[in-house]
Amino acid sequence: MENAKWIGMQLLRMAVLLAAVTVTVFVLLSLSPIDPLTTNVGQTALGSMSGEQVERLKEYWGVGTPAAARFLGWARDFLRGDMGISLLYRRPVAQVIGERFFNSVWLMIWAWLLSGFMGFGLGILAGRKRGGTADRLVTGYCLLTASTPAFWIAMVLLMIFAVWLKWLPIGLAVPIGTAADEVGLGDRIYHMILPALALSLTGISSVALHTREKLAAVMESDYVLFARARGESERSILVRHGLKNIALPAMTLQFASVSEIFGGSVLVEQVFSYPGLGQAAVTAGLGSDVPLLMGITVITAAVVFGGNTAANILYGLIDPRMRKGRKKG
Amino acid sequence: MRMTNRRRTMAVWMILTVLLLVLVTAAGWHFREAASLTDFSRKNLAPCPAYPFGTDFMGRDMFLRTLAGLSSSIRLGVITAAVSAVIAFFMGLAAAVLGRTADAVIGGLIDLIMGIPHILLLILISYACGKGFWGVTIGISLTHWTSLARLIRGEVLQLKESTYVKIASRLGHGKLKTAFAHMTPHLLPQFVTGLVLMFPHAILHEASVTFLGFGLPPEEPAVGIILSASMKCLVMGKWCQALFPGLLLAGAVLLFHFLGQGLLLLWDPENAHR
Repeated sequence: MENAKWIGMQLLRMAVLLAAVTVTVFVLLSLSPIDPLTTNVGQTALGSMSGEQVERLKEYWGVGTPAAARFLGWARDFLRGDMGISLLYRRPVAQVIGERFFNSVWLMIWAWLLSGFMGFGLGILAGRKRGGTADRLVTGYCLLTASTPAFWIAMVLLMIFAVWLKWLPIGLAVPIGTAADEVGLGDRIYHMILPALALSLTGISSVALHTREKLAAVMESDYVLFARARGESERSILVRHGLKNIALPAMTLQFASVSEIFGGSVLVEQVFSYPGLGQAAVTAGLGSDVPLLMGITVITAAVVFGGNTAANILYGLIDPRMRKGRKKG
Repeated sequence: MRMTNRRRTMAVWMILTVLLLVLVTAAGWHFREAASLTDFSRKNLAPCPAYPFGTDFMGRDMFLRTLAGLSSSIRLGVITAAVSAVIAFFMGLAAAVLGRTADAVIGGLIDLIMGIPHILLLILISYACGKGFWGVTIGISLTHWTSLARLIRGEVLQLKESTYVKIASRLGHGKLKTAFAHMTPHLLPQFVTGLVLMFPHAILHEASVTFLGFGLPPEEPAVGIILSASMKCLVMGKWCQALFPGLLLAGAVLLFHFLGQGLLLLWDPENAHR
């Protein structure tokens, strides 16, 4: 089976890349000159402790153990499904990530869908006529969002809708002072609107610009000219010739944008104090929580590679030309 | 009337843009001392003619601070984009010229870098370098070359099929000689455009990483620092410390975008006739 073999290769490639990611991240983390003891315990507190206490803390934060030994220990546990204990939260990493992931994933799925559909729609609107009013507006918008930092857009939204108009909450995922089991779905959605909006506003531009470029090229092609000459309506040209040609690349691009959405979510979650994966990554990085940072990086890399692999497989399955090219190559 | 065409107008506008950016950078550098000057007799002022952006809780002039921050952003952007573009150039060239193994290794490296979300990788590298100025600089330099490298690799692969390159190798020129003597001049426009279009990313990522606390140290006047400090008083309705620095940063980035697009327009033969 040609297809099964190819999909198998893709999955194998993903596994190798993931292994490479864990090694890279671990090397990076062990290269760091930052002393976890001074960052988390503080110089003064350390000075007032007995040597024995300092030794115990050193052991807790893994200072002094060789990096290779630490990595092998971590990898062995990881393969058995144990991601270690978060040093800052003092709970299993898997538990912390699970909780955070649940918060983040809804945010990201909404932002991903919203930016995908809005980007595609705006791209079509702009690409129908290169240089038209809609085109100018859309490309202008895309250029503007591509030139502003994602976290600043989040801050502006926060200023307008939360501080000034007071329509939406200024942060967190649930109302303050409510017990966990009293929080309804409505509350969660209510707290998610602004972060999701901030995330999707910035995510639109790449899909929109790409779709616009492709569609404009199609609309200026000879076969569309011929279709016009045959008397096809603009609408039917758009649906029959335009959409068919641009849907696939847009889909691939959207799958590949998972990484960007995650990157944006780190910033947006920080602005809205949203307790998601991105915020945990920042906390872990600032507090030298190596097991948690490792866990988060591996999980997100897996999601990103998963997105890319899904895009590759989908593309291959849907577009017969890709399969043909592959057999030849 | 003298005849003007769009190419010439474009070139004039681009030169003016470069001058403006140089001016901002120089002004920020000049005022970097004044930007850190604290004066508690004038703390928390609202914007007024003397202090267009107001002052912060330590009585520092926010306009000067923003200017100095922009200047450091631009300088850092120029350094990191240049380093990144040079890495991209050699990686792309090596992948296309040095055979299949090199291609596979570099391709894998690109996939690896692109597989970790950009911000997360920047945080990790910055952490590995001990945060601070070198953390951001090394982080951005090491992560931004991937797409330009891919572009250059594709371009070189096409060039390898062209007649003049084939003739050169038949004449006995080695792989490296062909690459540098015959391909490099052809790749330069792509390279320079790619370099200029890298500035916006570099500058925005610097601001983001600094905002998160992994970049420039908090006493430094940097846009990321100013915005992260303004977060604290944002909920109290003090919006001006957050709005203006962000707007100026976006303006600077837009200027770089404009330069990049302009270069594309002037250099790309397909657009040159417009």
